[in-house]
Amino acid sequence: MPAKRIIPCLDVKEGRTVKGINFEGLADVGEPVELGARYAAEGADELVYLDISASREGRNTLVSLVERIADRISIPFTVGGGIASLDDASRLLDAGADKITVNSAAVADPALISRIARRYGSQFVVVAIDARSEGGIWRVTTHGGSRLTDRELIGWAREAEERGAGEIMFTSMDHDGTRSGYPCPTFAALADAVGIPVIASGGAGSVADIADVLTVGKADAALAASIFHYGEISIGELKRQLAAKGLEMRL
Amino acid sequence: MIAIIDYGMGNIRSVENALRRAGAEWTLTADAAVIERADRVLLPGVGHCGEAMERLRGLGLTEVIRRLHRPVLGICVGMQLMCRHTEEGDAECLGIFDARVRRLPEAPGVKVPNMGWCRISNAEGSLFKGLQKGEYAYFVHSYYAHNCSDTVATTRHGDRLISAALRWENFYGVQFHPEKSGTAGERIIRNFLNI
Repeated sequence: MPAKRIIPCLDVKEGRTVKGINFEGLADVGEPVELGARYAAEGADELVYLDISASREGRNTLVSLVERIADRISIPFTVGGGIASLDDASRLLDAGADKITVNSAAVADPALISRIARRYGSQFVVVAIDARSEGGIWRVTTHGGSRLTDRELIGWAREAEERGAGEIMFTSMDHDGTRSGYPCPTFAALADAVGIPVIASGGAGSVADIADVLTVGKADAALAASIFHYGEISIGELKRQLAAKGLEMRL
Repeated sequence: MIAIIDYGMGNIRSVENALRRAGAEWTLTADAAVIERADRVLLPGVGHCGEAMERLRGLGLTEVIRRLHRPVLGICVGMQLMCRHTEEGDAECLGIFDARVRRLPEAPGVKVPNMGWCRISNAEGSLFKGLQKGEYAYFVHSYYAHNCSDTVATTRHGDRLISAALRWENFYGVQFHPEKSGTAGERIIRNFLNI
């Protein structure tokens, strides 16, 4: 049985990491490859690189960045941000990405999931879902939470699985950035509804929050950014504390 | 020289990167003469096992691989190809390891594909030299080889122990991806290169 996974998320823009961190002895904290290598050495189980470049030039630097990550890093890594076609996914696979995430483009064209999964396998396709609670219903949003859709979280997750998604990464837009914890009952309902792994994203403020989403919330993995970037807790220490709570972690 | 058998299945880039990090030199080839001369042979694999077997047959490589006498390492589907038979496409395989490849059974809370870091148990032999007991490796698979006399490491899926690694004479196979298994994987690759 797989251990629970801890996945640091690095936002990159024009080939640089956006949020810095305070690692001792790491001169260039903005260098995404070095930062990823550091996280891997600390015990990260996977890495997620999310491209938030606004420009075409910025996007073009992503492929060469992915090549450098693949050269250097010996754990699985996922690349996301603006992937809208099979060609986009192919370029990232060829560059060495182990997985990609699709989000808004999959909502607009759900067959995109099937096309990528048929070509490269389900293990390559992570469907990221951003949703927020509107009158008790979890509604899917796109474009970084700015557009509300008619889709409902669990229905969309099931459809994504049927179309070939290998994992679901769910972010509650009500909790993202608040550091107030995850909506655990919603995560548990989602994990019960699909047969593929669920990655919990957005909202971690403490070790207890992450422990809750991996137990009560039945998530298989937790993705976090700021808790690591600001150096509050190292990945190794987080994993040791989770293991002490009885969770199976790779130490 | 290391030969990576190139039969057009899946992405071998991460295997090449792992060899580069280990300081090894390799060539990507489907040429029987090059494969026969190589000091080490890697049989990678991602994708459909039955289809992969078809491709090896099409390239005339099945007998070439069976007759190799230098160390050979099959990774993931590459390991499954070295078993007797696979349910994936109901195909006869190379028959090097005395195991049949079956689909992983689903159960409540037991997911298929089996994806993530799983603990390796009962690891023995040169491939695992210097590794900590209970080390983790990265797996991505929906089919598995059962435990058999060639099993040299196991992992747990639900309530069943499955083969994490197989060995028969100079042939080695791992169900997991050493090229994605961090420092433990790097050690396993170095061990294979040093056999």
